[in-house]
Amino acid sequence: MSAEVAAEIPKGNGWEPNILAFCCNWCSYAGADLAGVSRFQYPPTVRILRVMCSSRVEPAFILKALKDGADGVLVAGCHIGDCHYIDGNKNAEIRINNTKKALAKLGLDGRLRLEWISASEGLRFSEVIRDFTEEIKKLGENPVKEVKK
Amino acid sequence: MKGSVAVVGGGIAGIQAALDLADSGFKTYLIESRPSIGGVMSQLDKTFPTNDCAMCILSPKLVETGRHPNIELLSYSDVKSISGKAGDFKVKVVKKARYVDDAKCTGCGTCTEKCPTKVLDEYNAGMSKRKAIYIPFAQAIPRVATIDAAKCMYLTKGKCGVCKKVCGPKAVDYEQKDKEIELDVGSVILATGFKPFDPSALSQYRFDHPDVITSLQFERLLSASGPTQGHVTKQSDGKVPQKVAFIQCVGSRNPRIDRKHCSSVCCMYATKESIIAKEHDPELDITIFHIDIRAFGKNFEEFYNRAQKEYGIKYINSRPPEVIVDAKNSLSMKYEDFNSGELKTENYDLIVLSIGLDPSDSTQGIARSSGIALDDFGNIATSIANPVETSVPGIYVCGVAQGPKDIPDTVAQASAAASKAASLLSKERGTQIKERKFPEEKKLSPDPRVGVFVCHCGINIGSVVNVPNVVEYAKTLPYVAHAQEMLYACSSDSQVTIKEAIAKNNLNRVVVASCTPRTHEPLFQNTCREAGLNPYLFELANIREHCSWVHMKEKEKATAKAKGIVQMAVAKSALFQPLYKQQVSLINKALVLGGGVAGMTAALDIAENGYNVTLVEKEKELGGMLREMTELYNGKKPEEVLKGLLRKVSENKNITVLNEAKLEKVEGYLGNFKGIVNARGKEIPVDFGAAVIATGARNFEPAGLFGYGKDSNVITQAQLEKMLGKGTSANTITMIQCVGARNKEREYCGRTCCTDAVKNAIRIKKANSKASVYVLYRDMRTYGVNEKLYENARDLGVIFIKYDVERQPIVQNGSVVTVHDSMLNEDIEIASDLVVLSTPLVAGENEEINQLFKIPLDKNKFFLEAHPKLRPVDFATDGVFLCGSAQAPKLMDEAISQASAAASRACTILSREFIETEGAVSVVNEAKCIGCGTCVTMCPYNAPSLYDATVKAEEVTYTTKKSKINPAACKGCGSCAAACPAGAIIAQHFSSKEIGEAIDAFDKGVKSISIGKDMVEVTV
Repeated sequence: MSAEVAAEIPKGNGWEPNILAFCCNWCSYAGADLAGVSRFQYPPTVRILRVMCSSRVEPAFILKALKDGADGVLVAGCHIGDCHYIDGNKNAEIRINNTKKALAKLGLDGRLRLEWISASEGLRFSEVIRDFTEEIKKLGENPVKEVKK
Repeated sequence: MKGSVAVVGGGIAGIQAALDLADSGFKTYLIESRPSIGGVMSQLDKTFPTNDCAMCILSPKLVETGRHPNIELLSYSDVKSISGKAGDFKVKVVKKARYVDDAKCTGCGTCTEKCPTKVLDEYNAGMSKRKAIYIPFAQAIPRVATIDAAKCMYLTKGKCGVCKKVCGPKAVDYEQKDKEIELDVGSVILATGFKPFDPSALSQYRFDHPDVITSLQFERLLSASGPTQGHVTKQSDGKVPQKVAFIQCVGSRNPRIDRKHCSSVCCMYATKESIIAKEHDPELDITIFHIDIRAFGKNFEEFYNRAQKEYGIKYINSRPPEVIVDAKNSLSMKYEDFNSGELKTENYDLIVLSIGLDPSDSTQGIARSSGIALDDFGNIATSIANPVETSVPGIYVCGVAQGPKDIPDTVAQASAAASKAASLLSKERGTQIKERKFPEEKKLSPDPRVGVFVCHCGINIGSVVNVPNVVEYAKTLPYVAHAQEMLYACSSDSQVTIKEAIAKNNLNRVVVASCTPRTHEPLFQNTCREAGLNPYLFELANIREHCSWVHMKEKEKATAKAKGIVQMAVAKSALFQPLYKQQVSLINKALVLGGGVAGMTAALDIAENGYNVTLVEKEKELGGMLREMTELYNGKKPEEVLKGLLRKVSENKNITVLNEAKLEKVEGYLGNFKGIVNARGKEIPVDFGAAVIATGARNFEPAGLFGYGKDSNVITQAQLEKMLGKGTSANTITMIQCVGARNKEREYCGRTCCTDAVKNAIRIKKANSKASVYVLYRDMRTYGVNEKLYENARDLGVIFIKYDVERQPIVQNGSVVTVHDSMLNEDIEIASDLVVLSTPLVAGENEEINQLFKIPLDKNKFFLEAHPKLRPVDFATDGVFLCGSAQAPKLMDEAISQASAAASRACTILSREFIETEGAVSVVNEAKCIGCGTCVTMCPYNAPSLYDATVKAEEVTYTTKKSKINPAACKGCGSCAAACPAGAIIAQHFSSKEIGEAIDAFDKGVKSISIGKDMVEVTV
């Protein structure tokens, strides 16, 4: 990347976080859709990757995302009890909490979040993104990510 | 008896009715007078209260209707007469001469381009020009040109002939004549819609002035496909207006011109149009002049509140008598602010007349020619108990032809009408239909060749995201063999374009960058199938809901993000493999939860369609809230309706009623649910293929409000209703509206309370004309034809006093009511014998059912439907449907319509011979599987199981456990794949490889794109 090009990258005040969000198809992805339909504005710091269930998210995906350039990873699913696949989100909760512990040991505390966002919580989706963005900003850039050329 | 139905009218009502019927095994003729289906909804920019783009949600339905093998579209055709009887009707249809052979026309548009004659464009409400040969709008179905015979130079003067000369396929035929055909059908559904009121009849509003326009014209101005591409400008000078006023009830609530009805939708569309206009131009100053604001539907009150608080739209309670045009041709209005009594004069740049809904000419014409009764307002007459049945058995009605209503109520009624027609003809189901055929799938070449189609969505995406820039970027991505932009990717011509691009570029993966897969994936998947591609080779990149709509003010960043989203989609899609669904049997039985009027109606409709139903009621007896009612708002007795329903339910052999019963457990999925109902302590297993939730709601108890619970003279409207069964001796009755509603705690409007109050006020006055009845209200919301009740009440001497939310009435000792009359601006004291509190319905115990079926609730704990506009009785979960007050408060006829609608939707499933399982299921890589059984413990559906496998390794043969997954049971959640310690399970379509590629692309998309002035530079 040339210096000239790099200078043109829209950066706000220097650096903006890069968040990857795994959203389950039935609740959180729909919640993100509702945020859109309702025009609830939030910072363009997040990319959404749709999975059918939050329980699909493997720790390896999270680690890969952090290694490859994410400053934060959000996993969002249905509220406990609302899971389209009965209790997939409970499995996700166990798995994500374990991954959080591992990340803490790697010095990546606070960069992984698990949220329950329902299909009717468009506002909450936008708030979660705003809040997580602010939190990551406080933490600063992810120290372990490899910036690819 | 015939297995076919004629649906008259191709607006959203007719479309929904036709789709339901065609999906449940009936040949359907859809007859539309205009050149294209779509009706008035096709002209709308957005829909309230979610501001969903109207065309975006309608277009997939248009395409589906046009493609359906069991729907025969007769567009540009009028119904001349209907004769015969239920089961055997003859419908005479005139196919008007298009002067274009629709079999030959490809819709290429060359004729339109070359035609020299310009004509006012009715699609843009007369604010732009179209050609004499035209296709009405971009998403038109059928996409066929039509010659406007009254304006065509060749047909009127014998000159020109350009269109014929330029037409490649030789489709233009000046000799074409009107053709009369006769259809033999078993039933007819009238969905003839409405005619927007013509405000020229009210000369005081100066519709002759170019800057006085109708709300439909304003809607077109807001639309990206409108005459100004979405920029609100004045017709007089093309300048941007600063001050805009809406005048409500133009052609509604006006006895002087014989328009006594409320048009039901104008308050909300004016609110919507104001919000959209403010989104386009935040500097706009918008005032809405109104009588009452009727925000009665689900989430309407919240929408109205947002309009005021977030968008600063002013609502003034006043009806300006006239629009004044001065010597300089500028506009002003004098009005009296009803709230302050002040006389004011204001200048405006643009005045929008919120025009009402008149019965359409075809409604009147068909009713006359075919002997169908009309009501006092000119709508097709129906009754509360049978809201879709006309005076002629076998002919049904839905939508605004039956009375003014909004889109979801129209859609529900359309499904209801379909249910009635289907039950009448249930013995003939499947006799006249054919299967949908797709071409054989192309052999997949080893290298991925991805086609990327980036949608402008009018201006929904294009005004924020630089679409051409995204296209250029997409072209640089690995595997992309083709990329292009589209104005509306979902329109029918775009489907043709996509298919052509697939063929021409030999594409084997398709990415459409537009909106959410939750609504649009099936449409594009079908397009892929028609082009010989497996539907699982398709991916949607959501750059609207997740990008342009949420980053409206950050255009550059939004463009960069859109590129990132596209890149992730492309990377993932390159790994996609064809997947196939399996056909499994289903249980052709239904479960209905709740035995009120909605539940009983739903159960009866399903049973009359020929399927077994188990009706579960928690109380000892069926009837629900109908038992609490003592009079319907048409003066009829509820007992008669109840008795009729109870008799029909008990006589129907297809219905099993379980009283004092509760659904305790449910498992399974669409087509194959297994439940356990506890009825009087006994556990009864119930298997079913589809379920209807009709569990109703309950009355709000206003404990502690206005002395309720302390003073026995303070009662609720529901208690008064019961009391009036015997009559009351009270002489002065004061009703207070909106108790426990439209407040901080419960923001929504109770919808039914105004109609209930007015009905009971009339009953009191009719029984005792000397009684004094006061109704203290904030807005009287007797919408639609119930406006006549409000008028009757005033005629009978019921006194209506408007109070302000900030100055609540005060009740002392349960008798003396003090209210500040906000119109007279003074306090009034009413010594009352009875104080009646009108309270809203609140959600019942929905939390248990929501857990059982995994169906969502809204913030007020009512059930959340799949889509507020076009899927009002569906859930996002397949096979489960919703009706009645469990969804939101509603009047009885509305609950009945919804119940029939839910039945119709359920029958589209129950009528199938098989259901298709999920294609994107998980599979086990046997070589990697270590037989640990983690997947078995993980799966909630028992899809994986272990078996003894014989493994040969080198020279050793041994037996070990291996897992296999039953594809019919697998739901594709991918939980097992995430848990498998050996990485032996592949969650197809969401495999580690596919997701991994997307994660890889996620980084690249962000890090290395830069946007120059009009160039994009990419470093991957």
